[in-house]
Amino acid sequence: MNFFLQLVVTGLALGMVYALVAIGFVIILKCSNAFNIAQGHFVLIGGYLGYTFLVPFGLPIWASLILAIAVAVVMGLLIERLAIRPLVGQPELAMIMMTIALATVLEGLATLIWGGEYKTYHGVLPTVTLKLGQISIPPESLIGLIVSVVTVALLMALFRYTKIGLAMRATAEDLQVVQSVGIKATTVYAVSWVIACVVGVIGGMLLGGVSGVMIPLAEIGLKAFAVVLLGGVNSIGGAIVAGIILGVLENVAAGYLDPLLPGGGLAQIFPFIVMIIVLIFRPYGLFGLVRIERI
Amino acid sequence: MLEVNNIEVVYMSVIQVLRGVSLEVGDGKIVALLGANGAGKTTTLKAISGMLKTEEGEVTVGTINFDGKRLDRYGPEAIAGMGISQAMEGRRVLEHLTVEENLLVGAYCRKDRAGVKEDLEVVFDYFPKVKHLRRRVSGYLSGGEQQMLVIGRALMARPKLMLLDEPSLGLAPLMVQDIYEIIKRINADQKMAILLVEQNARAALGIADYGYVMENGRVALGGPADKLRDNEDVREFYLGLSAVGSKKSYRDVKHYHRRKRWLA
Repeated sequence: MNFFLQLVVTGLALGMVYALVAIGFVIILKCSNAFNIAQGHFVLIGGYLGYTFLVPFGLPIWASLILAIAVAVVMGLLIERLAIRPLVGQPELAMIMMTIALATVLEGLATLIWGGEYKTYHGVLPTVTLKLGQISIPPESLIGLIVSVVTVALLMALFRYTKIGLAMRATAEDLQVVQSVGIKATTVYAVSWVIACVVGVIGGMLLGGVSGVMIPLAEIGLKAFAVVLLGGVNSIGGAIVAGIILGVLENVAAGYLDPLLPGGGLAQIFPFIVMIIVLIFRPYGLFGLVRIERI
Repeated sequence: MLEVNNIEVVYMSVIQVLRGVSLEVGDGKIVALLGANGAGKTTTLKAISGMLKTEEGEVTVGTINFDGKRLDRYGPEAIAGMGISQAMEGRRVLEHLTVEENLLVGAYCRKDRAGVKEDLEVVFDYFPKVKHLRRRVSGYLSGGEQQMLVIGRALMARPKLMLLDEPSLGLAPLMVQDIYEIIKRINADQKMAILLVEQNARAALGIADYGYVMENGRVALGGPADKLRDNEDVREFYLGLSAVGSKKSYRDVKHYHRRKRWLA
């Protein structure tokens, strides 16, 4: 039982990070109607940034986090200005192609700057281990849980209570209406890309602490994609729930199923199997936006 | 305040939709723009509001002046900021937002929070039905309520000129009457100029000060609304009233209409 709870708790932390990355997906999907293939590469950059600030620079974790977020903001603004703005009003496919290009460029940049080597900052984080009865929560999980919960809460508040949040939700519904009342679409896009970059980079820092950073970390984007599909492509709440489900499933599968099969690896595919089963019964995902039909 | 001078509009660089449209909207006036489907009414509105630019359309010839500014040089966001708000055709509510959020989106560019709150009450005063639904998701409103919401949203920007595209589209006759009475009241209370695009000539000419009739991308006829109401052609083609009430053969009508087009 303790083993199970232990797996659930660390899975919860992992799942929150997945959810965080998935929110980046959902935001771009909502404002531009395009899948952002480069979301996983934001994560990759985040991991390397985390390594750079924590290890060679030797900064404390909070300072590294703030610096990484600052870099992410600049990255988001640059991406919007240089790559996305010229494509506003073009077919969605053009936008998706552009995100593929972005993914390639970011991967190239990462190789160029960090050499594409395996970097780790596993031991750098403070080694507090929280004990809850028999369960111990490792520091990476604890930090991941706190940071991602706070970030998600801040984002939810942004959408719900601020003017720019309202503008973003309105843009997701009808771009022309939004332009006709004088909201600048470019501002909304810029904010969306900044948020996508920031959540990606934060997620990358947190995941990098657990598993180390290498180019394949970008594949986390695929997992976030699964989270988004499971949760319903345009629901932020759905992304959070689905992220947690997948994180916990992955961890529990790793704990119980991997020892059964020689070579392991079942944990990696188990969440996807669950996703496929759910999608067969609920093609819009768990919390897909209800299509409003008046009777 | 608004002057459209002989504009031509071309979509995607090849499809010419407007071939020289001129019209004028004076301060605090209601102007109706009538015409059959495909005459170019909506395109004229989109040229004014700058929305053309989002649809690969372009004003190639002519000018649009609003309070001394050349509107055809600005994008839709900037034009909205100058005090022109548009209620687009087909009840474009933001479906998943609540009624109140929809209205607040309309007031997005305003800085005076107190004024926005006041205007929210003003809108609810015009549309008491909408007030009870303020926390509802707007996608579930009835057609009439959605039309009210869309007009209310345009009103929230407190514009100098409101562009209304077919507010009667798909509404029951009684509801059309309600909405037109409210439009008249808004015009009278707020001294707001309104440019009204309509198929329903009877309703539109009932409240307008001035009217234009469009045909094939041109303004075929223009004049004070009461004159237009009495105009034989308008009575025949748009109000469905025969000149003398006598029977007329379809061939005559067609021939007459064709001749009219040649002259225009």
